[in-house]
This record gives sequence, C-alpha cells and structure tokens, in this order.
Amino acid sequence: MNSSYLLRRIGYGLVLMLCVVILNFLLIRLAPGDPAMVIAGEMGGATEEMLESIREEYGLNKPVLTQLAIYVGNVARGDLGQSFFFDQPVASLIAQRVGPTILLVIVAQVLSIVIGVVLGVLAARKPNGLMSGFVSVFATIGYAVPVFWTGIMLIILFASILPIFPVEGMQSVRLRDAGPLAKALDIAHHLVLPAFTLAIIYLAQYARLSRASMLEVLGSDYIRTARAKGASQRSVLFKHALRNAALPILTVAGLQFGNLISGALLVETVFNWPGMGRLAFDSILRRDYPTIMGVLFFASAMVVVANLLTDLSYRLADPRLRGK
Amino acid sequence: MKLIPRLLGAAAFAASAMSAAPVMAEGGTLVIVSNQTPRHMNGGVQSGIATAVPSTQIFASPLRYDENWEPQPYLAESWSVSDDGMSVTLNLVQDATFHDGQPITSEDVAFSIMTTKENHPFKSMFAPVESIDTPDAHTAVINLSQPHPALLLALSPALAPIMPKHIYGDGQDVKSHPRNTTDVVGSGPFMLEEFTPAEATILKKNPDFFIEGRPKLDEIIIRIVKDPSSMLIAMENGDADMYPFMAGSQEIRRLKEADHLEVTDEGYAAVGPLNWLAFNTANEKLSDVRVRRAIAYAIDRDFITKALHRGVSQPQRGPIIESSPYFTADIETYDTDLERANALMAEAGYGDGMELTIDYIPGPKEQQQSIAEYMKSQLKKIGIDVTVRAAPDFPTWAGRVGGHDFEMTMDVVFNWGDPVIGVHRTYLCSNIREGVIWSNTQQYCNEEVDSLLNAAAVEQDQEKRKALYAEFQQIIAQDVPIYYINATPYHTAYDKRLINPPKGIWGAMHPMDMIEWSE
Repeated sequence: MNSSYLLRRIGYGLVLMLCVVILNFLLIRLAPGDPAMVIAGEMGGATEEMLESIREEYGLNKPVLTQLAIYVGNVARGDLGQSFFFDQPVASLIAQRVGPTILLVIVAQVLSIVIGVVLGVLAARKPNGLMSGFVSVFATIGYAVPVFWTGIMLIILFASILPIFPVEGMQSVRLRDAGPLAKALDIAHHLVLPAFTLAIIYLAQYARLSRASMLEVLGSDYIRTARAKGASQRSVLFKHALRNAALPILTVAGLQFGNLISGALLVETVFNWPGMGRLAFDSILRRDYPTIMGVLFFASAMVVVANLLTDLSYRLADPRLRGK
Repeated sequence: MKLIPRLLGAAAFAASAMSAAPVMAEGGTLVIVSNQTPRHMNGGVQSGIATAVPSTQIFASPLRYDENWEPQPYLAESWSVSDDGMSVTLNLVQDATFHDGQPITSEDVAFSIMTTKENHPFKSMFAPVESIDTPDAHTAVINLSQPHPALLLALSPALAPIMPKHIYGDGQDVKSHPRNTTDVVGSGPFMLEEFTPAEATILKKNPDFFIEGRPKLDEIIIRIVKDPSSMLIAMENGDADMYPFMAGSQEIRRLKEADHLEVTDEGYAAVGPLNWLAFNTANEKLSDVRVRRAIAYAIDRDFITKALHRGVSQPQRGPIIESSPYFTADIETYDTDLERANALMAEAGYGDGMELTIDYIPGPKEQQQSIAEYMKSQLKKIGIDVTVRAAPDFPTWAGRVGGHDFEMTMDVVFNWGDPVIGVHRTYLCSNIREGVIWSNTQQYCNEEVDSLLNAAAVEQDQEKRKALYAEFQQIIAQDVPIYYINATPYHTAYDKRLINPPKGIWGAMHPMDMIEWSE
C-alpha cells in the first residue's frame, strides 16, 4: 500500500466531511420551528424582548449564509459550538455520550459478526439441512422486523414479564458508589437487551452473507483438494473456506458501521441508553442546531474513518489488491 | 467451548449483584423518575417542572406553602404586609448559610428577587416590585408600585429561589451562568452532587441546612427516562421510588395495581394544569361568538374525561383550576346540547356547515391528539368539517400557534398558583404578542375583562378579590375564547414506605426535606 493512496483517501474523506457539514446545516434550517421559541417554551414563555435576546445570543438573527460561514470556520478550528438547550459546549455533551454509543455499537457488531458467521458456516455445511432452513427463516425475519419493535418485544419479555434485565439506561443509579467490578457487571447487565436488539438485524445479514460466501467457496477446486489431502471438516470449513469467504463479510462489516450508528439511535431511545443517538433525537425535537450538527458531524466522521479502515484492512487481507 | 459457561456464570453473578438490596446509609436514597430534561438548576431564571423539581431542593426561598394554601416560614421566619399593601417586610432567619458556608443576607434576597424580576418569563410575578431596601442583614423591605397580593405566593420555592449574590452577581448573564449547571450553590435541603444533562441529577443532603433535623433523606436521584414504559417498569421493579407528573390513564391504572405503590392526584393544586381548546378569535369564522358557543355545546366534556381518559381526569369548567380558592362554579358550563349548537350555527349563518382546522401539541397523545381527533367526529354533528393538523414536533406547533397561524388548537397551560402569574397572560389585551407562545394567542380582547383582572391584581381583600375573579370567569364563559376540557390528570406514584410524600399545593416542586423512609 503506498502513501499517496492513503493521502488521497484521507483527502476524499475531508471533502466528504465538508459536504456533510454544509448539507446538515442547510437541512436542519429547512425544518420548521424557531429554536428561540423552543427555548422560550422550555422557560414557560417569554416576552418579545427575551425572544430577541435569545436570537441575538445564539446568532440566529444573522443571515443563514453568514451563520453557515461562521459554523464551518468554527468546525475547522475544532469548535462544535454551544448547545442552545443546555448552554454547554457541544463537544463536552458528545464526549459524555460517545463512550456509551461506541460500547453499544462495538458489542452489537461483535455479537452480530460472531453469531452470524457461525450460523452461516453451520448452514453452509448442509445447504439443504435443517440448520440452513433455520438460518434462512431467521435471517428473513431478523432483517424484516423493525429494530424498535424488537426492542419493545424484548423489553416486554425480559424486563416486564420476566424482570431479568433492566431497561433504565446504562447503569443502576443505586450502584453508583460500587467497586469497578460490580460497576462493569452492572453495565454488562444493562447492555444485554440493547446490544442484542441492535445485533439481531445485522446478525441475520451476516448469517445469510457468510452462508452464501461459504457455499461458493466450498465448491472451489482448492477445497476439493484440501478434502482429498484428508483435511478434517473443521479444518476445511474454518481454515480453508472461511478465510476466503471472509472478504465480503469484512467489506459489509465496514459498510454496516454507518447503519449500526443509525440503528443505535432507535435502540438508545427505546432503552434510554445515554448515547449520542438519544442526544441527537432529543436535540432534533428541541431544534438545538449546534448539538444536532455536532452529533451528525461526529457520527459522519466515525463512518468515514470506519470505511477508510475497512478499505485498508481489505487490502491487508487480500494480497492481490496491494499492488493496485 | 468453555466460554459459554463462563459467560453464564458472569451473567448469573451480575444478576445476583443486581438483585441484592442496595446498601443504604441512614436516611436513604429516593430515586425519582422523570421524563423532563432540565436545562439547568436555577428556577429563578427558568420556569417549568424540569428545573423546578431540583431547583426547589437546592435553593431555599423566603416562604413555603402548606396544603391549605397558607404561607409558612422558610428563609423568612416572619413577614408583614403594610396596611396600604405597598410594601412587604421579610425578617430572615439569623443563622442560615449557603452551601458554600457564606451567610444568607437581605442583600441576597434583594438581588435574587430583582434578578428573577428581570429574567424570569413570568413577568407579572414581580412586575410591581420597584425596589428592595435592606436596612440590616436580616431584613428586606420589598417596595411596590401598587398592592400586589400575588407576591406572597410568588415567594414560593418554585418561583423565588434565593441565589447567592457573591456568585451570580459577577456581571455574567444569569440565564446562561455557568454556575446554573456546575457547582451550583443554594441554601436548600440538598446540594447538587452531579448533573448529567438528559440523564440524571444527583442531590446530596445539606448537612448545614438551616432547619434542624432536616432533610431526612441522604440523597435524591432524579433519573431522566424518556420512555413511559421504561418508567413504569422501573417503578414496578423497585428501581425507582417516585414518579411525579404522570398523566397517562394507562400508566396511572397500571401503577395503581402495584401492591407496593401508592398513586395520588394530590399535589398539583398550585400547578393548575388546564387542558383546553383555544379559538383564534381573529379568524373570520371564529370571531363570531355564536360559532364558538355552538362548538362548546357540541363537545361532550364527560365523554372525554370518562371514556377517552378512562376516568382519571377531572372536568374543568373555567379558566381557573377548580381546586383554586378563586374558582367559581357559578358560570355557564356548556353541557352538551346538539340542538342548541345547531341552532347557534344556523343563527350565525353557517347552517350549511363550515370547515375548520385543529392543531394539537405532539407528545401527550391522550390529552391532545385523541381529543383533537374526537373533535373531528363530534363537530361533524353540527356541520363543521374539521381537519386535524398534525405537527411533527413541539417547535412546529409552537410556531403555528405563536404566529397566530391556526384556527383551533388544543393546548395545556398552567395556572401557576395565583391567577396573576398564570391566568392573566392568556386574556389581557396587552399580552397579544405575535411569535410568543403561551401569550394571548387567541387574540381575545375585552376591556371589561382587562379592568377586572387589573383590579383583582391589586385587591388586598380576599373576598373582594374572589368576587372580581368570579365576574371575570363569568364573562369568559360567555365569550368562550377558550373551551375548557379537563385538568391534566397529573398523578404521583410513590413507594408506600415513604413518609410525607409531596402532596402539598406545589407537589414535587417543593422542598422534600420532610420525606423519609419508614424502614
């Protein structure tokens, strides 16, 4: 891999981010509703003077293009602005929320890949067997069911009817002063339902994808050769076939990262998970422009970086691409 | 393959850790669930439930109120109103201190009231306050431009937090002061330990609270949970101990079934939350009072409260909450009469019918959207073809109604204790302000109403004041700028083991220094 390729990809990423910033800014301004009135509404009403002073304070009385220029300049300097609602820097609000979102997304990603691939491989072993049928049905259902519905069903089953898992956020408030181990277990306990909810839809996709890839690879000559050499079924499946079938899975995993982030928005809202998704959702309802744009900017940056890393890892995994 | 048993073991351990009873220090913890997100903790520059609940724990105020609407000593151990009603003298307790150890003086009281007057959206609360004299460190004399009987109620914890001048008097804008969210210093029974926006507010006992032996609790945690189902599950499972401002009929009925919980509708008398149908009286069709009366006669208030709200809400007949001492029942109540409604429509020249739109606040579906949809079918009976206009979110609705771009709208407005604070704003001609939500958005103007409200605002004789408000309510009932439907059925669910739950006139927007666990 040469450095000019890397620089070119980073350059594309930066241009994309600039477009994202401008598009986000303009799209949010298209939504009806005056943020000053929302702040006034939260305050219980306001006089015209108070509304004017709110608009002045947050620069809402300037022309839109001036506001855009100021915003882009601030973002270029690393300043995401001040939340209209909380009167706190957007960066600090995001910093408080990014950890829980990353934890949720990574756990969901790992769960979906590991379980999905295992199911897919098992299904590929006997394409017309029971497992293969189960995976196909499960994948179709998992892919078709809306993520918030799954979440609500899991809440009804495992938090209401069988109160095994909590649904109020990421940690139990009563265990705030507990030791690190108890806290970690507490978080893991809270993570089970949201992570599975988010994982199910992608798990189904990975299962289908790995089944299809494995079926294709298992028909190859070198697999027949491996079997002829007396390699065990386990060795054929996981050492020879899966390694080659993994390339499309790797690509999809990178592309899915953006979907996982958007899926997290719904899951965080359903499970009261204190991440960026819920912050974005609440901020949209409050017309808290700087916070919405800050969250979208940060999420977009995460997706761009994830795609870049996927692309690079793809080249690392497949020697044939390195010279291109 | 040893991974799965290990994971199961860890999960079992985690589950057992979760189910273990929390270790409580003496006094214990009260976990409150709320779906309201506070912008900050300073109720002196911010109205609303979200801020008022923590603010009344952190900041003390000159007075507090008992359940009979009687003022009680708080930071002011005594007070007196001059004979002409033009001044109020507050005598402060001697040894009260802020959370940072600084003594509370009359300078702080004067600073706080003037700051609140300047910055709080309820301008009428302290509008007549001209100046505050501080003859000594523990005496504050509030000088008024006119008698102001609502003043004593405005000195409640929810409306008049006493702020430390040595912190908020540094020249920064108090509305966006950094000490509204971090290192907040008040003199109330609890101190702010942690405020994580949109997640939780953690309050610790103030060991130097100026009322001896209080607070009883060690800690209050206000947990923000947006999803109503999660709030119910938290209450049912014992993860939370109190759920105030609960208004959904299903939620109320479900928590009433939990053996360990008590559910009450007490504690909202001063809040006075009214759910109503407002008419844009500047609209050509709705400017005719006969049309407004016809609509009022067509609506079945009892159907809404008994069927749509499953009996959990109380009917509301006038502009002042029925639990207020100023409410009068001697008004036209518009009991359903379709024949009369049709006659009024014909008389107004709309015998062939008309088209109208209705808006509603998105969110509290049962109190707003369901009623708007009911109106559509009900008003069809008198020839009105109603189009329900949904708004995707609050800003859109507020933009329409604040901008007078509506014909009829559902709305929820609070009385806030005294009519001067929460009622006058809806009816005064001078408060028709385009672009300002919860002003006189109906654009209703009646000089007689204005003069009655202005007279009631300065009348010191309680009986005469009641009579003035009674007359006001009768005129409003005749003019029908608004059709009153019900009091929002706020309820509080709480653990039965709690002693002294918040049932006073301000409910949870009142110091919780007397709440304690029975075991």
